[in-house]
Amino acid sequence: MLKLEGLRSGYGRIQALHGIDLEVREGEIVTLVGANGAGKTTLLMTICGDPRASAGRVVLGGEDITGLATHHIMRKGIAHSPEGRRIFPRMTVLENLQMGAATADPAHFDADLKRALDLFPRLNERLDQRGGTLSGGEQQMLAIARALMSRPRLLLLDEPSLGLAPLVVRHIFEIIRTINRDQGVTILLVEQNAYHALRLAHRGHVMVNGRIALSGSGAELLANPEIRAHYLDGGAA
Amino acid sequence: MEYFLQQMINGLTLGSIYGLIAIGYTMVYSILGMINFAHGTIYMLGAFISLIAYLAATTIGGAPVVVALMVALFATMAFTALWGWTMERVAYRPLRQAPRLAPLISAIGVSIVLQNFVAQAQGARVKPLPPVIQGGFTLMDGDGFSVNLSWMQIIVIVMTLALMAGFSWMIAHTRLGRAQRACEQDMKMASLLGIDIDRVVSTTFVIGAALAGVAGLMVTLYYGVIDFYIGFLAGIKAFTAAVLGGIGSLPGAMLGGLLIGLIEALWSAYFSIEYKDVATFGILIMVLVFRPTGLLGRPDVEKI
Repeated sequence: MLKLEGLRSGYGRIQALHGIDLEVREGEIVTLVGANGAGKTTLLMTICGDPRASAGRVVLGGEDITGLATHHIMRKGIAHSPEGRRIFPRMTVLENLQMGAATADPAHFDADLKRALDLFPRLNERLDQRGGTLSGGEQQMLAIARALMSRPRLLLLDEPSLGLAPLVVRHIFEIIRTINRDQGVTILLVEQNAYHALRLAHRGHVMVNGRIALSGSGAELLANPEIRAHYLDGGAA
Repeated sequence: MEYFLQQMINGLTLGSIYGLIAIGYTMVYSILGMINFAHGTIYMLGAFISLIAYLAATTIGGAPVVVALMVALFATMAFTALWGWTMERVAYRPLRQAPRLAPLISAIGVSIVLQNFVAQAQGARVKPLPPVIQGGFTLMDGDGFSVNLSWMQIIVIVMTLALMAGFSWMIAHTRLGRAQRACEQDMKMASLLGIDIDRVVSTTFVIGAALAGVAGLMVTLYYGVIDFYIGFLAGIKAFTAAVLGGIGSLPGAMLGGLLIGLIEALWSAYFSIEYKDVATFGILIMVLVFRPTGLLGRPDVEKI
């Protein structure tokens, strides 16, 4: 479904991605793990066209989308729940969800809203509350729910567990699994919480300094001693 | 008492006009973080277009007054909207990523160009329009002084309130309004949701310019004299109104406009008409020094 070929990009004169090849197949959860600054967030943002790729290609469902403007890319069935969640703080939860559906057919808004609120019943109680007043976990739920409102085929998730309590983290990962399994949404997940993320994933990649250093199935990577030493032991539970 | 009431009415009328112009300042600021200093000249352009359209409709077209006014209204809004769109496209969009000073200078350039074009094309002399809508009510008859409310004042105030209400409703309840608020809060996120930022920015300029155009039409009808230079002072006063209300706040712009109008009218009435601009700009300075966020503005701490 998504194919990256020799993708390079960066900010200004600083290159962050040094030629990434990666494939996400229909129905998969693919996880990217890696240390801070490895280029994971840049990779997701480059898929969205912001920053634009300086070389290489992004192919979505056979169509080359490299170099398209962000808002055009996001209308092709990709949704992104970005780093830091980026909830609109002075809009209500409902308005945030309406913004998620900005490019969708208004005819299925009600159905999509119900589907999102069934996943996150907590949001249902907070529909008229401003986004900025939600707790971190609720904001993360809202960010994912908002991304789902456009009925994406491919969902990009950037560090959904960041800064959340362990119990909430488990809940969020549970829901990510549900979204993938029950709603058939393909997911590309970036995480520092390697243990949870790899357990969830069909396949995973480890990023180091803007390159993919290691690839394998989720289970393989979890069993890899090098990965255990770098990303798991002491870091996760 | 009668004298005071009369000044209140005059002030509200004037303030309505400032408020309409102030909306354009505050909207552009909230989305782009930029003061569009060419906004005042759009109001001047609106005044000239309405004068020309009205005179053309009545003298050449032989239209009755009401029809001519409608023609003037639509022509003014259409032209100023087009000008707002073009201005953003030509003078601001290429500078979106440039340092903040660049679009500011560009804005000053645009206003000089437009002012001089109008001065060349229409002449620098004051243009009069004979009173179109006359008459009104006498609300109160005191000893030797009566409080009058003219039809023209009613039209200005009612039309302003209607436009402000309609516009506020649009911002609060429509897709476009939501997209505008989303862009104001987090432009990058809005584009990640498929919003075409450039289109939202264009629309903002178009609406702001059309509202300033209506203000220009109303001032032409209300005072009956215009010249190519009126945009400068009115523009800065409307800017003051936006700052007083809290730049970036829509209700603030409206409230600020009305307050500036009232202050100007009352100052002229009780102190000195020559110093009314000093009073207005004194307020601008005081707000900037003591309450930079204005009356209804919010302190900018929510950015993470």
